[in-house]
Amino acid sequence: MSSFWSAWIIVLTLGLLFVLVWLLRWNMKNYTHIEEGQEMDHEFDGIVEMNNPLPKWWTYLFWACFAWGFIYLALYPGLGNFQGLLGWKSSNQDIQSLEESRQAMQASQDNGMIVEYDRAVRDAEEKYGPIFEAYAQQPIEELAHNEDALDVGQRLFLQNCAQCHGSNAMGGQGFPNLTDNDWLYGGEPHNIKTSILDGRQGNMAAFGEQFSDQQITELANYVASLSGRDRDPDLVEAGKANFAVCSACHGADGTGNQQLGAPNLTDNVWLYGGSINKIEETIKYGRNGVMPAWKDILGEDKIHVISAYVYSLSDDE
Amino acid sequence: MSRFKHEFVEKNLGWLSIFMIIAVSIGGLVEITPLLFQNQTNEPIKGLKPYTALELEGRDIYIREGCHTCHSQMIRPFRAETERYGHYSLAGEHVWEFPFLWGSKRTGPDLARVGGRYSDEWHYVHLMNPRNVVPESNMPAFPWLAENTLTGEKTAKKMEVMRSLGVPYTDEDIAGAKEAVQGETEMNALIAYLQSLGTALQQADK
Repeated sequence: MSSFWSAWIIVLTLGLLFVLVWLLRWNMKNYTHIEEGQEMDHEFDGIVEMNNPLPKWWTYLFWACFAWGFIYLALYPGLGNFQGLLGWKSSNQDIQSLEESRQAMQASQDNGMIVEYDRAVRDAEEKYGPIFEAYAQQPIEELAHNEDALDVGQRLFLQNCAQCHGSNAMGGQGFPNLTDNDWLYGGEPHNIKTSILDGRQGNMAAFGEQFSDQQITELANYVASLSGRDRDPDLVEAGKANFAVCSACHGADGTGNQQLGAPNLTDNVWLYGGSINKIEETIKYGRNGVMPAWKDILGEDKIHVISAYVYSLSDDE
Repeated sequence: MSRFKHEFVEKNLGWLSIFMIIAVSIGGLVEITPLLFQNQTNEPIKGLKPYTALELEGRDIYIREGCHTCHSQMIRPFRAETERYGHYSLAGEHVWEFPFLWGSKRTGPDLARVGGRYSDEWHYVHLMNPRNVVPESNMPAFPWLAENTLTGEKTAKKMEVMRSLGVPYTDEDIAGAKEAVQGETEMNALIAYLQSLGTALQQADK
């Protein structure tokens, strides 16, 4: 802050305080030539005014506020560039990037400033850091049997994942069910962790231009039949002829490809709905599934615990 | 001159008003005026970009639908908040916000850093009917956003106004504004806006 604005704040703040002190003192004197407790010389509709002094409790409170005000301004940053005797502030605001935020945190620690927010973060790191570190050392398979870790994992899941996957982790249309042991990108612990860390992009191309509506209906019926569903054999047979295009991702037998995140079409689990209508819609318009990357938001240690929780959901056997 | 008496301000309304205005304005003069001239409140953070034409239209829809009455865009420097929402909000992130949408009430979660947290598809489903993805939600549905399309008639004008307030839009930005938003649904505009929120701070280091 420039010294002009610093001075502006100091002069106005202290000036106002002194004016208020003067105002209070001035109003505590009796200028009326009428003794305290006596009637003033005016009357309105039979109502008279007594010359009473300011209430004592009120003036004492006023003086106490002045005292507190001066003490506060001495201890805390309130007067322009004066940082206060305590060296306290609520947070670092003079920063323009995350890197500068980290530097400011370090700098204020080095020169003995008390930054309230930083302190809260450090306290939490001291308290919870070792717990997460210990969890991070354990393999996910093992952690999935640790009740305490699962409690933590569930909390984190409800906070960050439930918006899409649901508070019961059973997903919804377009958002995978995490409890059914059917995995788009693999259900091994490291697969789950990678999915959370880096996110996933599941793109199904749109085939509305390549195929006619009739062909799409045939394809949808064939796809439904792959899961053992009873469909019109003629449509199924006709759809099979065009499935070669689909097999590039979903495989010739329709069992999918976890490298690409191409769903298994033979298990009667449907991410976007399994009615013929919905399957047609998927083929015609394509689908865009995005799992955001959480590495920067949550950090690897927390993701490790969430992975264990997610792994535990379908790890019944 | 006789001694100045308190009676004077009690009996002269004009002077009473003047003294009151002086007394009331001191707080603003001390707390607000200096901020208008501080780098901290006027300098954009590294990596801050003006809203694209589509995002700007989305922002107006956000205002029109009253999103800011239930969602704040201000992460306070408390650990409990930064754990949930990310780094606390900085003044430099909001220098091009006219008007700012910090809000003061959180019926729903804070949205200051909602950008990139969920997929576009999620936002679509959620805005059509929040209960399709979050059964516990009490947020209203906004299905008409998917039907209304933008004409882009006033987009360029809006950007010019923003530029006159200090947002660094280029002539090309403004010239291409109409084309950029014409025919887009309000839904797409709102999602584009939401996906941009709070992402600049992450970009700054990259």
